[in-house]
Amino acid sequence: MMDIIKYTEDHEWILVEGDIATIGITDYAQNALGDVVFVELPEVGANYGKGDDASVVESVKAASEVYSPVSGEVVEVNTALDDAPDLVNQSAMDDGWFFKVKMSDPSELEDMMDETAYDELVKGLS
Amino acid sequence: MRYLPLSENDRRDMLSTIGVEAVNDLFCDVPKEALLKAPVDLPEHAGEMDVERYFNALGNLNTAAGHVPFFVGAGAYKHHVPATVDHLIQRGEFLTAYTPYQPEISQGTLQVLFEFQTQVAQLTGMDVANASLYDGSTGTGEAILMANRVTRKKKAIMSGNLHPHYRDVVDTLTRFTDDDVRSLPSTGADSAADLAALEASIDGETSCVVVQNPNVFGELLDLRPLAEKAHENGALLVVVVTEVVSLGAVMSPGEMGADIVVCEGQSIGNGLNFGGPYLGLFATRQKFVRQLPGRICGETADADGKRGYVLTLSTREQHIRREKATSNICTNSGLCALAFSIHLTLLGEAGLRKLARLNHERTLKLRGALEGIPGVKVLNKSFFNELAIELPKASEDVVNALAQKNILAGVPASRLYNNAYTNILLVAATEVVTDGDIQAFVTALEGELS
Repeated sequence: MMDIIKYTEDHEWILVEGDIATIGITDYAQNALGDVVFVELPEVGANYGKGDDASVVESVKAASEVYSPVSGEVVEVNTALDDAPDLVNQSAMDDGWFFKVKMSDPSELEDMMDETAYDELVKGLS
Repeated sequence: MRYLPLSENDRRDMLSTIGVEAVNDLFCDVPKEALLKAPVDLPEHAGEMDVERYFNALGNLNTAAGHVPFFVGAGAYKHHVPATVDHLIQRGEFLTAYTPYQPEISQGTLQVLFEFQTQVAQLTGMDVANASLYDGSTGTGEAILMANRVTRKKKAIMSGNLHPHYRDVVDTLTRFTDDDVRSLPSTGADSAADLAALEASIDGETSCVVVQNPNVFGELLDLRPLAEKAHENGALLVVVVTEVVSLGAVMSPGEMGADIVVCEGQSIGNGLNFGGPYLGLFATRQKFVRQLPGRICGETADADGKRGYVLTLSTREQHIRREKATSNICTNSGLCALAFSIHLTLLGEAGLRKLARLNHERTLKLRGALEGIPGVKVLNKSFFNELAIELPKASEDVVNALAQKNILAGVPASRLYNNAYTNILLVAATEVVTDGDIQAFVTALEGELS
């Protein structure tokens, strides 16, 4: 099965590998936030519904909620962000991932944007 | 600036905008019997000399703590505050400025708050402290809310020997939240039973246990086993200290495993002040710093590399995080914190230890004297500067009788516990209590009980 990447209107990306979703914020989001100084990660084992507050990203400008875009259980968090929150700026789409969720309802992905649609959204914002 | 009062038309416009007939309709939630029915009955005016004479006469009806033998404690303690403290806090740079936090103009205030935080952290044995909260009781409420955020659990357990006023404030603060805050029944001076009940109450759902040391009956507690039990269950230990001078003599809450420490800081640098303004000290572990409520001052370097002070970690606060802020109280007891810091600096570590020892010695002396009175029983197994004693009659009556003889004998436990513990009296002795005070107390008490 091919890996797929989905996007939300809250500027999160979701990399789907089987029933595991890796979640981060987009390059557009990190750029809008400015230098990230702290990421509060969820706890492994926590259960979230779609849209629940799962994480907080704090920059020199603002602090923002990161919502869990899918329902499920947190199976891994990116502890590298504890000591190097700037990974979110340097590599938002890769090393700067936030947490992984074992999805309980993969159909939630269906309504989400693909890369083309998200690029359109961002273009509309600039 | 001109004062422009509202006209009748202005008022009518505003009332119609919000859809109310009359101003009084805005007070419909206030019980009728609590509303003022007529203007307060006061004379229209009087000359300055008359007013002064009148109020001096009223003031003289008070029995001031500093004028008589004084053994009242139960959360507010009369200590000697050196004149230097009052002199320094009244400097205009400190006294007049309200929330003077802009670093460009407030390096003095910010440096004091930074040093205050350092003192609080050292005193409590914790890593970090904030720039103060209102008082110990609201601080206890904040500690429970913080523990619930940190653990993402809702069930907080308060010791029955936590000062009942603190419990009441916590109940008020959490009445309309979805936090599940429970209070265990008081075990009186039997602190082993209280600790056992607290340990037994902890389960996987528990966010924190809240315990006071010394407790409201004056008993000192070894909290290490409770800390262990809490941590095994993923719960935090919140330790409340109402007599902060005790930290000069007893093991710090941090050393005993506390995760959050709240103190009433009034004892150092601050007078009794009729019950307020007081000073909430609040300290925790480094790893919880993002969940700490209140202002935090930090040390940094300016563009030239020079040391400077700023407010820091502000994203926890209301002006940035709105409803997600760690607290809705976004001020502190700045002047009381300053007084605390100056007094503690004057004392130094050795001075604080000496002061604590002196308090304990005074209380030992008081205990010895009280134990010599037939019918009086000291209930404590351990204590710092306060005792719970049992009298052969209602302590409320004894306190009232002694007050007539200008001796303020202490706090009847029945006042705190809704008429339970009728015969128990809480008595405190700080460094201001003289041998003569103790003698006068004992003589009067013997007279009252014979």
